[in-house]
Amino acid sequence: MNKVVSNADEAIRGIEDGMTLMLGGFGLCGLPENSIAALVRKGVKNLTCISNNAGVDDFGIGLMLKQRQVKKMVSSYVGENAEFERQLLSGELEVELVPQGTLATRCMAAGYGMPAIFTPAGIGTEVAVGKEIRNFNGKDYLMELAFEADFAIVKAWKGDTMGNLVYRSTARNFNPVMAMAGKTTIAEVEELVPAGELDPDQIHTPGIYVHRIFQGVNYEKRIEQRTVRKQS
Amino acid sequence: MLDKDGIAKRIAREIKDGYYVNLGIGIPTLVANYIPGDMDVVLQSENGLLGIGPFPYEGEEDPDTINAGKQTVTMLPGSAIFDSAMSFGMIRAKKVNLTILGAMEVSENGDIASWKIPGKMVKGMGGAMDLVASAENIIVAMQHVNKAGESKLLPKCTLPLTGIHCVKKIVTEMAVIDVLPEGGFKLRERAPGVSIEQIKNATAGKLIVEGQIPEMII
Repeated sequence: MNKVVSNADEAIRGIEDGMTLMLGGFGLCGLPENSIAALVRKGVKNLTCISNNAGVDDFGIGLMLKQRQVKKMVSSYVGENAEFERQLLSGELEVELVPQGTLATRCMAAGYGMPAIFTPAGIGTEVAVGKEIRNFNGKDYLMELAFEADFAIVKAWKGDTMGNLVYRSTARNFNPVMAMAGKTTIAEVEELVPAGELDPDQIHTPGIYVHRIFQGVNYEKRIEQRTVRKQS
Repeated sequence: MLDKDGIAKRIAREIKDGYYVNLGIGIPTLVANYIPGDMDVVLQSENGLLGIGPFPYEGEEDPDTINAGKQTVTMLPGSAIFDSAMSFGMIRAKKVNLTILGAMEVSENGDIASWKIPGKMVKGMGGAMDLVASAENIIVAMQHVNKAGESKLLPKCTLPLTGIHCVKKIVTEMAVIDVLPEGGFKLRERAPGVSIEQIKNATAGKLIVEGQIPEMII
């Protein structure tokens, strides 16, 4: 049951051209930085990436976009990335924009073994085009399918050798639902501890969902919008 | 005419003690500055936080603690962290009492367009579609007219929609307006110094003016 691998390059073994990946994080917060760097090194191409955002030009998934490794992005908000916008407008990149709650819940559905969800988000908009609509108690809902991903790659604060994960603050975001949704799930953590050191009551992602885990190095944790107040 | 802070101040008066509130990006974010200190109000951030506090002091920024606008924030005592699926679960389940967001256009039947200008802007809808589809109490904070001087309160939205029949109230630099369930912009209040005539001229959709229209109390 030891799921520990030595580094990001070993963790991403088996990720091939044309696969679908889920990448945790919201903006640049809670990103699997080490794994993204390894994917850039590996140069794997034609990827479909499911991730709430597309990074910025020189960080996060932006690094993979720059190397033209991404064929399609499935995201809710991509406004922070000029290279993304350029590739999209020139037709080099496909994008499926998904309401944020729908995105999260389609991950959750996969992790809960449910094929689809019904949500009111997008009713009456272009998001609903071509999708089945059902009426429950007088209100319309869109049927949205659970995601299928070959690999989910998430970032946690702490993890143990059994793959149990604990996240920190809002770096939790999409990571727990994506961890549950991958056919193979890779977790990178800031601190890897022996099994038994984490309190079972405090585990956010049970290790059953995690297949490979490693302790990352040199986390930059870049801040996208540094906002502060003055000492009074 | 109100400035952005004036709009935020007026909207803050719609918040009641005990509310859970989701604030969108832009003017809605400013509303947090005008919630009376003696009120218990919890701000929800859809990336997964209840209890947003003020910006951190310089040097105390935590890259792991951000709001939905990706700004560094602090957490107030009693805060809770959860994943993004649960965050939209509480929105869909109508646990959040009030949603305040910006818009590019609102129609007289309560449709809202806020996320896309075809051929020009491809940023995505973020959580806005989920919020407007589920929230029962939605206030739009926006300018009455766009930069080209055209009304943003229309008979019908021209831009791609974010949601339909959902906006209940609009606060602009000129007016407080209710969107009636049967359709129409019902004028409730005027900004200080703004005439009904000015509001009429800036409103392309059906404006309903009945009786005395008081000036806003800011």
